Amino acid sequence: MFFQANQLQQLLNTLLSKGYRCIGPQVRDGAIIYDSISSTEQLPRGINDEQKPGHYSLNNNTSSKYFDWANGPQAIKPLLFASRERLWESKQSDEGQISFELTEPETKPTVIIGARACDIAAMKIQDQHFLEQEFVDPYYKARRETLLTVAVNCSHPADTCFCHSTGDGPFVDDGADVVLTELDSGFLVDARTPQGKNLLEGLSLEDSTKEQLEESESIKANASKQKRQLPRFDIKSRLFNELNNDAWHEIATKCLSCGNCTSVCPTCFCHSENDVPELDGKSSAHYREWDSCFGQGHSYIHGITIRSETSQRYRQWLTHKFSSWHEQYGRSGCVGCGRCITWCPVGIDVTESLGHFEERRRD
Amino acid sequence: MINHYQPHEAVILERIQEGPNLFTMRLKFTDPEIQDAYEFKPGQFNMLYLYGVGEIAISIVSDPEDSQIIDHTIRVVGRVTKGMTNLKTGDRIGLRGPYGRGWPMQESKNKDVVVVTGGLGCAPVVSVINYIEQRREEYGRLNIVQGVKHTADLIWKERYDKWRELPDTKVLLATDVGEALWPWHVGPVTSLFDQLEFNPDNVSVMMCGPEGMMRVVCSHMLDKSVSASQLFLSMERNMQCAIGHCGHCQYGDKFICKDGPVFSYDKIRKLFETKGF
Repeated sequence: MFFQANQLQQLLNTLLSKGYRCIGPQVRDGAIIYDSISSTEQLPRGINDEQKPGHYSLNNNTSSKYFDWANGPQAIKPLLFASRERLWESKQSDEGQISFELTEPETKPTVIIGARACDIAAMKIQDQHFLEQEFVDPYYKARRETLLTVAVNCSHPADTCFCHSTGDGPFVDDGADVVLTELDSGFLVDARTPQGKNLLEGLSLEDSTKEQLEESESIKANASKQKRQLPRFDIKSRLFNELNNDAWHEIATKCLSCGNCTSVCPTCFCHSENDVPELDGKSSAHYREWDSCFGQGHSYIHGITIRSETSQRYRQWLTHKFSSWHEQYGRSGCVGCGRCITWCPVGIDVTESLGHFEERRRD
Repeated sequence: MINHYQPHEAVILERIQEGPNLFTMRLKFTDPEIQDAYEFKPGQFNMLYLYGVGEIAISIVSDPEDSQIIDHTIRVVGRVTKGMTNLKTGDRIGLRGPYGRGWPMQESKNKDVVVVTGGLGCAPVVSVINYIEQRREEYGRLNIVQGVKHTADLIWKERYDKWRELPDTKVLLATDVGEALWPWHVGPVTSLFDQLEFNPDNVSVMMCGPEGMMRVVCSHMLDKSVSASQLFLSMERNMQCAIGHCGHCQYGDKFICKDGPVFSYDKIRKLFETKGF
C-alpha cells in the first residue's frame, strides 16, 4: 500500500489521539536523536548525515525527504533497556528491619517512528537476551510489551554502515510492526503485525503501483552498495584461534578504552548495579546502569582486575560480539549499524580490526 | 511474574568468627513462606545485600538437606564484605538465590574425590567436604589438598584437624614459603600429588582458588590420566545480577553465574588456558 507524504502528519495525529507516545528522529546538538514528536515539522527533513571513523556531522540537502539519512548515536535501545533505572528500594526501620519495594518501570504505550533495519535487528537480539533466556527481565518486558515500531527502510546508508554484509539491512526483514519506504511522492507502507495494521487506521491508503515498487527496489539496490563490509572469512571460528595474535596489542595502542563503542552499540547489554542510600539513612535505592567491558571495574574480583590491559578488553568485546555470541544467541551480536566506528573518538574501524585476523596466505 | 532482582529480608541467626578476616553468617529468611520454599545444591551461591551498600555473590557452605539454615563463609576483601564484618547476630540483611549450577555430587557417588584449594579459605569447596562428611559411606576415598603462599594464610586450622579424623580421608597441606614449626609440606601444592590416593578412572577432582593454581592442577591431573570431564573448577567473576543479564561474568559462550560457577574442565579448557578472559 501507499500513502501521500502529507499523510504522515495524519499518522502522527491518529497515534497521538489513540494515546500513544510518539518517538521520532529529530536534530538536536548536531546529531539525529529520538525523542517525543507530535509534528512532522520536527523530523530531520532535507538533512543528511556524514559519517566516517570518529566523525559525525549533519548537512542540509535539497531533498524534501524526511528519512534521507542513516542513523544517529541511539535509536530503540534506550527505550527498552534504560541507560539508568531504579530496580528497587530498601527501607530500614528503627529496629533494623529491612523491607524491599520493587520499582515498577514507567510505561506508556509508545510508537517509535523511523527506526532502521539495524535497530530492529538489534531489538530482536535484546529481546532474546532479556526475555527469552532462563530468567526474564521484568523491566525490559514491561517496556517491550508497550512498544510498537514503525520502521523506515534505509535509502542512504552512511560510509560507516555495513548492514548489508551482516544480513540485517538496508531494508527491514522482520520484527517491526509497520515498515515504510520513503519514495519521492510519499510512502510505501507494509503492516507486518495486527497491531501494526491498527496503527494505520484512518489513513488514506492507496494501492501501490508497479512504478512505486520499482522505485523501492532501486532504493534497496542502491542502499545495499555499502562502502564497508565484514571481511569474508569465518570470523566466528577464527577469532578464538587468534587469542594471542599481536593484532590485539596493535589495536590497543590506539584504543582509549573509553567505552563509546559499547554505549552506542544497539546490542550491548552489560550493566552494573549499585546502591544509592538516602542521606537520612532510612532508605536506599538500588539502580542499574549501562556498563562497558572496556571499564576498569568490569572484570574486577576481590582486588584483582582480570582484564587490566586494553588489548584484553578489546579482545573480550570483539570475541564476544562476533564469536561466542553465536553460541549464546544463534547469530552474531553485530547488526552492521557502524555506530562503533563513527562514535569511536580515535576512529577504530571494527571491520578493519576483524581483517587483522584473516589468515594470511603462506606462499 | 517473579522479579529475580529483588532480595528478601534475612536474619543473622549466628555469626562465627572463623579467623582474622574470615567469618561465617548463619542466615534464615524472615518470611517463613520464602524460607520453606528455599532449596539449594552444594556449590550454588546467593546474592547477599548489605543495606545501603550493595550486593555480593557468596557461595553456600551449609548442607542442602537442612535448607532451614543457610551458611555463608565470607572473607573480608572488598567494600561490601568489609561492611558486613560489623554485622551481629540478629541483624538483618537482604538475600536472594540460590543461583548457578553446583558441584556434581550425585555423579560423584561411589567415586574417589580429590578436593584441591589454594589461597585463603576457599569457601566453595567447603560445601563439598561438608556434604561428603554427612554421607561418608556414599563416596570413595577423600583427599583434601590445600596450598597457601605463606604459613599465616592457613586460616581455619581446626577444620583440617577435624577432617583428618574422617574415615578414609587424607588431608595434605602445603605452603610455598615455609617457617619454623610448620608441620606440613613446603613447596607447591602439586608436589603433594604423589601422595594422593585415587583411581584415575573413577575420581572427581573438585577445585577452587586462584586460576594459576587451577591451571597447574588440571595439567597434573591430566598427566595422571584423569579425564578433563572429571576435573571440576569453581570459577569466579564479578557477578552483579546473578541471572545472566548484566554481562560481567560473560566467559566465552558462558555466563559464569548461570552456566557455572562450577564447570568441568573440558567445557572451558580453551579459554581457561588464556589469561585475561
